[in-house]
Amino acid sequence: MRSLVTRLRELYGAGPTHLLLMLAVLLLAGYAVLVLGLDELFDPDSWWQSIAVWFVGAAIAHDLLLFPAYAFGDRLLTARRTSHRPVRTLNHVRVPLLATGLTFLVFFPGILQQGSDAHLRASGLTQEPYLERWLLLSAAFFAVSGLVYAVRHVRHVRQVTPPKNRSGQESDAEPVG
Amino acid sequence: MPPTWRSPLRGPWLTSVLGLVLLVTLPVVTLTGLLSYVAYGPDLGQARPDDVGLLHLPFFDWPTRPSWLYRLNQGTHVVLGLVLIPVVLAKLWSVIPRLFVFPPVRSVAHALERITLLMLVGGALFEIATGVLNIQYDYVFGFSFYTAHYYGAWVFIAGFVSHVALKLPAALRTIRSRSEADEDPEGEPGLVATDPAPATMSRRGALALVGGGSALMFVLTAGQTIGGPARRLALLLPRGRDLGDGPNDFPVNRTAEAAGIDAATTEQAWRLSLSGGAAAVELDRAALLEMEQHTAVLPIACVEGWSTTQSWTGVRLRDLAARAGVARPSSALVTSLEESGTFNQAALHGGQVLDPDSLLALKVNGAELSLDHGFPARVIVPALPGVLNTKWVRSISFEVD
Repeated sequence: MRSLVTRLRELYGAGPTHLLLMLAVLLLAGYAVLVLGLDELFDPDSWWQSIAVWFVGAAIAHDLLLFPAYAFGDRLLTARRTSHRPVRTLNHVRVPLLATGLTFLVFFPGILQQGSDAHLRASGLTQEPYLERWLLLSAAFFAVSGLVYAVRHVRHVRQVTPPKNRSGQESDAEPVG
Repeated sequence: MPPTWRSPLRGPWLTSVLGLVLLVTLPVVTLTGLLSYVAYGPDLGQARPDDVGLLHLPFFDWPTRPSWLYRLNQGTHVVLGLVLIPVVLAKLWSVIPRLFVFPPVRSVAHALERITLLMLVGGALFEIATGVLNIQYDYVFGFSFYTAHYYGAWVFIAGFVSHVALKLPAALRTIRSRSEADEDPEGEPGLVATDPAPATMSRRGALALVGGGSALMFVLTAGQTIGGPARRLALLLPRGRDLGDGPNDFPVNRTAEAAGIDAATTEQAWRLSLSGGAAAVELDRAALLEMEQHTAVLPIACVEGWSTTQSWTGVRLRDLAARAGVARPSSALVTSLEESGTFNQAALHGGQVLDPDSLLALKVNGAELSLDHGFPARVIVPALPGVLNTKWVRSISFEVD
């Protein structure tokens, strides 16, 4: 028995539990495809509107398009030397940029007016307001981030500057030494 | 040459934390989705897709109580699904080096595992993509949403089960050790950067960023379900729009124009046909208004995750059954004036017909139903998926087993 398991490990690359698990879940997925019907998987008349193409395409689109795009974008951001600034600006650009990207990624059908007819039939409304709303929302992300940056910057300057050098009265200044 | 991974954030700790969050939350999204299938009434032959073999939860008569049951189910399914998008993306980011490991396949076991990973990742992204497009009416995918989203879920479930079984022990060990040590577990190389770039945020900062993304998604979507002042926060979604203050100014799922309803057929000539008893009964709107009127405050909730609660007034369905001569109907088939739509009729089980708040509504918020909301009469049943609350009702056929 022991030698059988050892042989399986050599041939297969993992133990019998692993093999059983793989077989079970592949059977489940295979059964799902079978009940769906193989002919439903692929539409020869319009290949790109096929379930199989979208399923695999979703993974490819993420791994080979979305991920490289945002990783490259981030490298461009981080490559800029900002370290001489007292408060780093990087995350104050990165965070609102990510929020803008996330909202576009999820809500692009409305923003780009995809499916206007179906939207109108369903809701009785046009998609006209979404682009402007998204732009305003994105502007708000950057404005808030900029505001937080400004506050941090001012605080930082106050911390590193001794109280006597400041103009005006500062009652809450910490004693030096 | 494989790409060089430089982020100092990647490592088993971050991946485990994100993984455990998804371990708890994704089953909720999955389960509410499968429950929604049951809510459509597969026993009545109107769930979509219609025959799913063994791939379903046990069938049961979808209850009418609490009346917000479907609203909660679908609100959770859609809002939580959207809220998890940043977490899923972060999880994929955290493990992306493994996608490009070399050699790509180490053994048969590794090859099978990679196939199940495609089921998991492809499944999650496919469900997100089809769901996100569907709630915004962008049917660019061309295939049936119901069919694709349902079977896609089962392939995802298979991938999810295998991934949890294989990775949960290691994830728990990593979390229990309470260390953010930059060490890949033995035999699982590839997460920790060998030559990391300087950190630009902490791991906890990264988690806060992901959580912030989720919070943002919640704020921008939950208003469609919660309603009230929060509805306006769903800025970029169709049911976040301000429609006015009138009694009929609440969201619709399908306009009368889209349904091809000819206003003339809803006016004087309109009659409601009731069948199932000894003889068919025809009632005009005046006759319906003479029957005992009942008012119920009920939510109507769409599979797309939005809902709205209104005060509906009309005749109880069970009174109509009695009028038709059927005291204890086991089911009813409601048919619309609408001729072509997928949901131009709906079957109700006995419990749904007999609930005291199940109505053939003639009014909403004290006013006549507008044409878009189903004038001259529409069905409203507690906890029933929105689209099955037939509008522009032409006939109701009561059946006894």
